[in-house]
Amino acid sequence: MKKKMHYLLLVPCLVLLIVFLVMPLIQIILPTLFPEGSGFSFTNYLSFFQDEYYMTIFIRTVKIALISSLVCMILGVPTAYFISRCDKKWRGILMAISIFPMLTNSVVRSFAWINILGKNGVINNFLMSIGVIEEPITMLYTEFSVLIGTIYLFLPLMIITLVGVMENIDNDMMEAAESLGANRVKAFMKVVLPLSIPGIIVGCVLVFTGSLSAYTTPQLLGGPKNLVLATFISQQALSLNNWTAASVFAVIMIITTLIVMKALNAIAAKLDKRGEV
Amino acid sequence: MRKHKGLMVISILVFAFLFIPLIIIAVTAFGSESTITFPIHGFSLQWFVNVFESESFMSSLALSGEIALLATLLALLVGVPAAYALARYSVIGKKFLKSFFLSPTIIPGIVVGYALYQYVVLTLNFPVFESLLLGHFLVVLPYVIRIVGSSLDQFDFAIEEAALSLGCQKGQAFFKVVLPNITSGISAAFMLSFINSFNNIPVSMFLTGPGVTTLPTTLMNYIEYNYDPTVSAVSVLLMVATIVIMFIVEKTLGISALAK
Repeated sequence: MKKKMHYLLLVPCLVLLIVFLVMPLIQIILPTLFPEGSGFSFTNYLSFFQDEYYMTIFIRTVKIALISSLVCMILGVPTAYFISRCDKKWRGILMAISIFPMLTNSVVRSFAWINILGKNGVINNFLMSIGVIEEPITMLYTEFSVLIGTIYLFLPLMIITLVGVMENIDNDMMEAAESLGANRVKAFMKVVLPLSIPGIIVGCVLVFTGSLSAYTTPQLLGGPKNLVLATFISQQALSLNNWTAASVFAVIMIITTLIVMKALNAIAAKLDKRGEV
Repeated sequence: MRKHKGLMVISILVFAFLFIPLIIIAVTAFGSESTITFPIHGFSLQWFVNVFESESFMSSLALSGEIALLATLLALLVGVPAAYALARYSVIGKKFLKSFFLSPTIIPGIVVGYALYQYVVLTLNFPVFESLLLGHFLVVLPYVIRIVGSSLDQFDFAIEEAALSLGCQKGQAFFKVVLPNITSGISAAFMLSFINSFNNIPVSMFLTGPGVTTLPTTLMNYIEYNYDPTVSAVSVLLMVATIVIMFIVEKTLGISALAK
């Protein structure tokens, strides 16, 4: 009797998730597996991978997610390492400074880049005023602007994730490596980097999956010519009433996210025997 | 600490990259021209007046606050008991249940919104407000499960046992002993849930209707048709609110509570 009470505490949460997450997902997934007038088949998915236009969108999304993960990693690792080596007071300040953009609405953060990259934006105005260019350069509504916006969106997340891991690396270890003859760069490469790899992978998973599902930034900075998975779903469903395509894309988005997460976590677990991911 | 000059230069550049765009927005909010210009040529507060006089901004601000608050409370109401059961008892399928409760994080927001729209709005005929609330509940539940769960994992349940053996009722022991010990976790979960619901866009995209539009959605729609500093003014107000929240959190929970 008492045992049942324990399960009772889980029931409200379970019911809400089943009714309002699992059921809705089943309702969009099922029709994609039973194309009109036929039985079970993967036709919808096969035609997705054969459709050049769909594949362009898919590849563009993955490409943006991949490049932004890499750039966030390259910029995030030294910054996070710098923060983690600061004294307590400065670490707090720099952490606060890194958290602030993350808590700022992504519409605001994308809007900032509209002002910077636009035809009458800060960069074009500046370059024209000093006479480097005569006509404004097109930077906004390109893949480039989506990429910049995505990196801008996720860099703080990468930094914060990495600081969490790097804080725990003892300064003594670096000193030991240096006193044993490694120079600073070598000590960093041989001591800090290997110890940070699980954190780097977690950061990459967050950035990659985040940019894979990002909607606001590609919507505001990409325009209709640079659709990604998320903006394509909303366009198909909201403006074109093409529910099948939207659902197929939704499923593909979920599966891609899952595959990337599982793969990177498996790599992390292999590299880090403590398996703290 | 010894000096790391190269690291410092990179870090300064990274922080410049993160902050210059926000500073530019903040400056343009005070411009006097009718389109966004930087640097500004005259000073004016008219865009802030615009924001406060605009009914669509004000009503969507109220809606966003309401949804964020209700979604967070709902998530705490069902999430805290669930996290408690998972931390306290040996439930069958514990690991599976935990990842199930965290699973909304791996479903892209736009898909959550789309699926809810299809099922809850079109099939079950729920009103848009309730559907939007459910969508935001799904967004914030994982924060509650994760953060409250980790404070419960650190809680020593022997203390609760002691209260029970001293004659406390089960519920009494929870409210008088367990809950006071996890308040910081609950507060952190509350703050992060509220902020993330307030800022969410993809889930809300499909779940809008007459009179039911969140502030970020209103901003997105406004940007599509206008290029005046009103949005900059809203941005400044939101950033000020963020700073106030961060300050309060720093004074009470410590800023790292927001990095969870």
